Amino acid sequence: MLLEVKDLQVYYGAIHALHGISFDIAEGEIVTLIGANGAGKSTTLRTISGLIRPRSGQVIYKGEDITFAPAEQIVRKGISQVPEGRKIFAPLTVKENLEMGAYIIKDKAETNRLMERVFKSFPRLKERINQLGGTLSGGEQQMLATGRGMMSKPNLLLLDEPSMGLSPILVQEIFSIIKEINAQGTSILLVEQNAQMALSIAHRAYVLETGSILLSGPAKEIAENPQVKAAYLGV
Amino acid sequence: MQLQIRPKKPPIIVRPNSFLAWIGRAFMILLALVVSYILIRNLIEKPLFFVTNVINGLQLGFVYALIALGYTMVYGIVKLINFAHGDVFMVGAFVSFFAIERFDLHQWPLKIFPTMNSFIAIGIGTITTILLSMLVCVLMAVTIERVAYKPLRDAPRIAALITAIGVSFFLEYFGLLDFVFSARFIPYERPFDVVTWYISDGIHRMQSGETPPDNAIVVSNILIIIILSTLAVLLFLQFLVHRTKIGVAMRAASFDKPTARLMGIQVDQVISFTFAIGAAFAGLGGVLYAIAYPSIKTLMGVYPGLKAFVAAVLGGIGSIPGAFVGALIMGQAESMTASYISTPMRDAIAFTILILVLLVRPTGIFGEPEKEKA
Repeated sequence: MLLEVKDLQVYYGAIHALHGISFDIAEGEIVTLIGANGAGKSTTLRTISGLIRPRSGQVIYKGEDITFAPAEQIVRKGISQVPEGRKIFAPLTVKENLEMGAYIIKDKAETNRLMERVFKSFPRLKERINQLGGTLSGGEQQMLATGRGMMSKPNLLLLDEPSMGLSPILVQEIFSIIKEINAQGTSILLVEQNAQMALSIAHRAYVLETGSILLSGPAKEIAENPQVKAAYLGV
Repeated sequence: MQLQIRPKKPPIIVRPNSFLAWIGRAFMILLALVVSYILIRNLIEKPLFFVTNVINGLQLGFVYALIALGYTMVYGIVKLINFAHGDVFMVGAFVSFFAIERFDLHQWPLKIFPTMNSFIAIGIGTITTILLSMLVCVLMAVTIERVAYKPLRDAPRIAALITAIGVSFFLEYFGLLDFVFSARFIPYERPFDVVTWYISDGIHRMQSGETPPDNAIVVSNILIIIILSTLAVLLFLQFLVHRTKIGVAMRAASFDKPTARLMGIQVDQVISFTFAIGAAFAGLGGVLYAIAYPSIKTLMGVYPGLKAFVAAVLGGIGSIPGAFVGALIMGQAESMTASYISTPMRDAIAFTILILVLLVRPTGIFGEPEKEKA
């Protein structure tokens, strides 16, 4: 297993946000966590990436316990997060944003090579290379956030709501690039409210509801599940 | 468990009574008119005296800029007004004082190579002295940050602010002890001689004991050194912040710390680095200030520190060009006030400006309205 999450319990003050969730991701997989607003999807990602400390439970990455490692160390181990709401550095240019994505890579030539790879996936970013991040449109910002997440050469990419606030065409575009990134060998943990899109590209899925895992299985089966259909797919 | 979502209350905006606002605006316009009248009248009546004041103001302003940069950079990244910054400036002056007075550090090249060109030797010696002062200031500021501010990183901002005031008092009153710097005014021995030129029908180098003619503008090498070093610092800072990885990381971290950490940026190191850079500039400023006004004392950092703080607020705190422009304005305001209103008013003007800025444009010249995070 690339990543194993065991019985994670997270509190925000008195609020019990995650009630002991467990799941795993194998090398090369796209795994999606779907669920409604407030189900604990983002909390799960933020706990894996080290921004939140769990009360108990374990996060094991490549056999190593990283539960309490700080965020800046976790990215060095090969887990990169594209945060919810994109979190572009607005006063930095597109190029500088991407350079920050490659902060852990010391070699300048390597950084440039990675940047070219991002530009291949998102040609639009190359046109805007010297523009400030804050002046990009929502879709471009999502491209930049995804590209920035790829700049650290992660083994595991955590994507938090990449479809948020984007037009259906842009969502298609972003998701096809996510598939492409996966095909090049990066495992992906995808958190989405847009369950339909997420289930269409994922290998496996977990359904999260108010901090617990309700269902899990291959994405195709989950998509066929009548409960899921009623609650998340609007069928 | 379902989180309850409370509807957000609309923010209450207090609109000033329009009549009062009108009076306020009229007052500001009146004030601006009076100030312009005083300045223009003096410019016409005694243009040379006016130019002399501008030069004095420049000298002050450029030193204030060195201090204000540290205030604004630290505020930019940790949202803390580091009130101990003015005292770091004082320590810079004292370190150079001891280096010169006790160890003749400014003369080391001459001692080792007695045949050296004395101009170059003194230059190297002075630069060594300044670098030593900057280094001590850096070490001190980084220690202060680790001991006093870092444990409060997640505390409410006001706690860190009060700690900063505490650190400032500690440095001031520790320095006042007899076996430290004492409470006396101490004459400062300059590492190099002052050379002055006067300009009236051509540039003349002033001989010692000579008084310049009445209609002359006097410029000293100290002024030139201060301006050149400050400009060099600004160029260096522009390069650092825009062209180096750590500089871009500073800007990223000051915008959004959690996301910066997700990129692998060691935010604590970046913060320490910012304190170090600010302290180095303050140390440089302290030495230059002592050379320009050669009498030092433990509390010498208080007023320049506060004025540089006002300069940073005036320019828009968090903005590097703002700190520079604000400092130049403060220098002019102080020099003009001392000459045309009264000398003791020179300190009061800084706070008058602070109040006016806070009333009229709290974000300063270059500042953008800050989004208050809930």
